[in-house]
Amino acid sequence: MRVLANVIGYLLVGSAILAVGLWVDNYYYFQLLTFIGINTLLAVGLNMLMGYAGQISLGHAAFYGLGAYTTGILGVHLGWPPLVTLPCALLVSGLVAWLVGRPTLKLHGYYLGMGTLGVGMIVHVLFREWSSLTGGPSGLPGIPTLSLGPLEIPGGRPYMFVVWGVVLVSFAMCQRLVHSRVGRALRAIHFSEQAAAAVGVDTARAKLQVFVFAGVLAGLAGFLYAHMVTFVSPSSFGFLVSVRIVAMVVIGGMASIWGSLFGASLLTMLPEWLHVFSEYEVLVYGLILVVVMIFFPQGLTRGMLDLYERARRGKTGSGS
Amino acid sequence: MERARSVKIVGGVLLALLAVCWMLAPAAVAAETYKIGGLFSVTGPASFLGDPEKKSMEMFAEMVNAAGGINGKQLEVVIYDTEADPTKAVSFANKLIHSDKVLAIIGPSTTPATMAVIPEVEKANIPFISCAAGNKITLPVKPYVFKTAQSDIQAVATIYAYMKTQGIKKVGLLCVDDGFGQSGKEQLLEQAAAYGITVVAEESYGKTDPDMTAQLTKMRLAKPDAIVCWGTNPGPAIVARNAQQLQLNIPLYMSHGVASPKFIQLAGDACEGIMLPSGKIAVAGLLPDGQHQKPVLMDYIDRFNAKYGSGVSGFGGYAWDGMNIITQALCGTNGDKAVLRDRIENMKGLVGVSGTFNFSAVEHNGLGSDSFVMIKIQNGTWALVD
Repeated sequence: MRVLANVIGYLLVGSAILAVGLWVDNYYYFQLLTFIGINTLLAVGLNMLMGYAGQISLGHAAFYGLGAYTTGILGVHLGWPPLVTLPCALLVSGLVAWLVGRPTLKLHGYYLGMGTLGVGMIVHVLFREWSSLTGGPSGLPGIPTLSLGPLEIPGGRPYMFVVWGVVLVSFAMCQRLVHSRVGRALRAIHFSEQAAAAVGVDTARAKLQVFVFAGVLAGLAGFLYAHMVTFVSPSSFGFLVSVRIVAMVVIGGMASIWGSLFGASLLTMLPEWLHVFSEYEVLVYGLILVVVMIFFPQGLTRGMLDLYERARRGKTGSGS
Repeated sequence: MERARSVKIVGGVLLALLAVCWMLAPAAVAAETYKIGGLFSVTGPASFLGDPEKKSMEMFAEMVNAAGGINGKQLEVVIYDTEADPTKAVSFANKLIHSDKVLAIIGPSTTPATMAVIPEVEKANIPFISCAAGNKITLPVKPYVFKTAQSDIQAVATIYAYMKTQGIKKVGLLCVDDGFGQSGKEQLLEQAAAYGITVVAEESYGKTDPDMTAQLTKMRLAKPDAIVCWGTNPGPAIVARNAQQLQLNIPLYMSHGVASPKFIQLAGDACEGIMLPSGKIAVAGLLPDGQHQKPVLMDYIDRFNAKYGSGVSGFGGYAWDGMNIITQALCGTNGDKAVLRDRIENMKGLVGVSGTFNFSAVEHNGLGSDSFVMIKIQNGTWALVD
């Protein structure tokens, strides 16, 4: 049943993207879908950490930025092709996640939030102040477009296909992880870290592993962002971006991989839809988030399923 | 049951909101208009730039439309809020280009957002006039990219030229650690030699630092003839107060970033005697009557105040000038973007709010150092320095 539902999910998302790619001819929609894909990568990584392992991170934009800046700096200053900078970007964000994760994951609750918040700020300051390398506050222009060997992948339709291919593969990876031994260990930690440790789960190791995994996924998202926009600046990786990623996870639904897709899509598209409200846009945006949180405290995905369940039960109840 | 009912209510509210969306959405617009796109940071940290820019752009379009439009066609402006976020700016730029199909784009308000948008407008060959200050925007020159805001190049040249007349040889620099301070510092270091000035001290401060006494004390040891502070409110006001408390008695120069009444308010009597370069708009009323830019400035200020009451600043002028340039160039082009671009590039002697624009194939900002005047704070208000 679970496998079937997932296969249907992949088919639906895949065919939706394919349909847009084949029938729509507007660069803007391709780009919007690309941004949704990149945000989904960020959200699904953080969801593994927050939703499954119960560890909060308020500095996720740091790893996103590290991926983007690593490939940007290597591409602009050294002229390395994206195929070579991709492993570097993943390595740097993974390595920093490992270094940061070792001490900070010993913290709990608010303290972990504060710790990761600090990391996010430090990395942001580095982007801003290390001008010779990062171009400083006004940013780093001239990043090459994505190319795999001789094959050029310009922005727009081809790029959208690449990003969504990556998203679906990462979904599959996350799903394997969730239903593996590590995934079960993570959920045990979420429930009670002491109990998990008591039954023989190496909690420190499991937490570090998922933190590094989330960091690498964010680095990958950063890599895709940098080669899409061909420009990076510190303001794209600040504290508010970290908060937005957390909001995507919470709104979409914690501990739900498809929820990350919903959350990322909703939060990326809302500002575009709400444009008609002009001055009141921010107000309506806030209102929608508040309403979702009040009535679907477990996120949209869970909330929708609950509504569906209730409707079905109501129907059978009145029938008998 | 209670729950199910509230869910229904929320559903109803959301549906109603959606309905409002549809009604507010612009009805199918006749193709007989010239569409110009605007990207401004109307909300967020740079709203002090984006808000007057948006208002000025709308005001200009209304003025043109009331006078019968351009070659009989009405102007239509489509403005999106970038919130000073480069990612949003790129997304909305492509919406303007591919969905709204605009003829030209004005904005964004900040340098990073502008730099992010440039590859997109270059790809699509859309005439683009940025309202941001960074020198990198038009250096090197890109075919479709122009800008109307004064650069730090001209601001620094104005200060140094004045210092030369005052016999100042050694200066200390105190710059904020953001894009504005970075770009200012580069120019201050680069141009110093040309005016026979040496930089004897270089300090920086954080945008939200509450005290700069340490930097000023250190600077006093280097014995500069003058100190140049480069930042936007509130940092420079704190510097002015600290300098007064330390009784430095070294002339203090500021950047055009504080050329607004807010600075005098923040610094109080500590700002007495401070000198800074400013666009002419801050001192428009003080300009001599024959000055060629005065009528343009007074007209803009009167219109802005009449419509919005207050809040007129040089920032709105960037968008006003952008609209002015585009509409002048648009006459008789039939909406051909390549012709529009060529006409902007060949525009000479256009008097705007920020200065006189003389564009060419190698100069896409078009302003000279006469776009700034040196002003001094005297008795709590601006005075022209001559």
